[in-house]
Amino acid sequence: MDNIIEVRGVKTSFEDRIIHDGLTLSVPKGSIYGLLGPSGCGKTTLLREMVMLQKFNGGEIEILGHRLCKIDYQEAMELRREWGVLFQSGALFSSLSLRDNIALPLVEYSDLSTAMINEIVEFKISIVGLKQEDANLYPSQISGGMRKKAALARALAMDPKLLFLDEPTSGLDPISAREFDALILKLRSLLNLTIVMVSHDLQSVYDTLDKVAVIDNKKIIYEGGLKNILSVENQFIQTFFKGMGQK
Amino acid sequence: MYDSSLDIRHIDTRLSLKFRGELTLYNLTKYQKDIDKIDFKNEHSVVLDFSELSFLDTAGSIFIHNIQKKLQSISALHVDLLCDNVEVTDMLELVAAQKIKSKKIAEPEKIGFLENIGRRTFKNYLVFLSFMAFMGELFAHKMHYLISPKNIRFKEIAFEINESAIKAFGIVALTSFLIGLVVAYQSAHQLKIYGANIFIVDMLGISVLRELSPLITAIVIAGRSGSAFTAQIGAMKITQELDAMQTMGFDPYRFLVMPKIAALMITLPILIFISDIMAIMGGMVVANLELNITTNLFLDRFSDVIALKHFFVGIAKGPFFAFLIATIGIYRGMLVRDDTQSIGFNTTKSVVESIFAVIICDAVFSIAFTNLGI
Repeated sequence: MDNIIEVRGVKTSFEDRIIHDGLTLSVPKGSIYGLLGPSGCGKTTLLREMVMLQKFNGGEIEILGHRLCKIDYQEAMELRREWGVLFQSGALFSSLSLRDNIALPLVEYSDLSTAMINEIVEFKISIVGLKQEDANLYPSQISGGMRKKAALARALAMDPKLLFLDEPTSGLDPISAREFDALILKLRSLLNLTIVMVSHDLQSVYDTLDKVAVIDNKKIIYEGGLKNILSVENQFIQTFFKGMGQK
Repeated sequence: MYDSSLDIRHIDTRLSLKFRGELTLYNLTKYQKDIDKIDFKNEHSVVLDFSELSFLDTAGSIFIHNIQKKLQSISALHVDLLCDNVEVTDMLELVAAQKIKSKKIAEPEKIGFLENIGRRTFKNYLVFLSFMAFMGELFAHKMHYLISPKNIRFKEIAFEINESAIKAFGIVALTSFLIGLVVAYQSAHQLKIYGANIFIVDMLGISVLRELSPLITAIVIAGRSGSAFTAQIGAMKITQELDAMQTMGFDPYRFLVMPKIAALMITLPILIFISDIMAIMGGMVVANLELNITTNLFLDRFSDVIALKHFFVGIAKGPFFAFLIATIGIYRGMLVRDDTQSIGFNTTKSVVESIFAVIICDAVFSIAFTNLGI
């Protein structure tokens, strides 16, 4: 199986407003895949559909060999353990400390000893570049950049094969954003991850992505590498990528 | 600060509007009134004179743009612009360019009376459907619970019992004591008139055990825990914590919903029991002070006339009230949309609806028990 995610002809509408009108794309194993497009085009919606937070009206999404249309409760629960999701705002559980946030999936899903779990948590904390003494802080006590890193550590807790990132660099200052890009690249090669992300950050798009899909006007208007993207006649692509093409 | 003014005067056959100083959003209303008084139909030629205008802001230039448009719509009128300030002309051009670009959005069509009723009915129908879906999911999860007890989250249930019941002991006890006191005090005067002092025990015993205690307890808990459930789950929804739980495979029903419902169903009967004790104690104090019925006499009479069934009827209502309060509170929490205002809205709704549901449920019980002869 070369493609970890297959999206075929997905249609979405909210009441009478059509968001997606037949999207088709595929995410190859081991790649960093970007969903791009003007704001309001339904990138985040598609991501939410992939992680089963939202239902779609037609078509089919297949993730790691599971077809989301007719997935049953047990299968869905298993699938959810195989991916990690990083939300835009981090979505750390505000009543738990960072350590407990990261440890939670391990405590629930494994029968590891407390000492072992603590060691795993320490490893995840250091791999995302947080300090060990931050582990006892609560989400309200830390900065936005740290929150994203902690949320990433939580998403990686179960060693997923697949990672979803919703605007990972939004709300970060440029230096932290570049650090985060580097972190994502490092993790990909360390842990052999496949990453799907929604991004608005042009620098981060060029630094990290292998393959992109551009959604505009309810359709996919481009799918592929970044090299030839400027050959597409589309207002969004031309304005978004123009600055980079000249460099 | 320049002296700003608008001079309107006729020079030969031409009408001259001379703007001086600044034209900004602070003074254009005054100018508008002056200009509205002019009847342009009698004029042949108009000059807009900006030669002494030193500053024009965007509001001012929209105002000028509108005047120009209005003048141009009158056919036999010649309009001239007098302006040598580059900044002013630039500003006017900027507004004109934007005006051309932005099309007027078509106003939404007016909704007729019948259509309005139809839309609202359909909306309520959808809310009803989603509540049914919620209940369905709830029962499916209840089944999971019953099939394998290892799914039960004892730790969360214990936490919720502490939060929503143990910490509520004080307020429930105090409220019930006062209610017992007040009811006894009001009836003491009436009973004295007939010399039926001792019947205060019958009256208090039955009304408190059967009706007052369960209702008072349920209302206090609806205000206390029902609102807390809505606010907590609503806030978790806004911060995407619920989404995060779902994607991690933690079923919110198992982790948040079922423990809350179970905890409240276990503890509400206990709270009702405490409320019984305190309300009767309140009545006893009044009986002692107002009607000279000693505690011993009160308790003797109590065990003679109050059958045990009255106590059990009151206690048995507990789990049902608890289920209503908890489900409505949680359901309302799940309805919260992505803005903070809807937390307030749904919390209010949750308390009102759960108190209403409790009273309806109580009425149904009353009728049922009476017909069954209990």
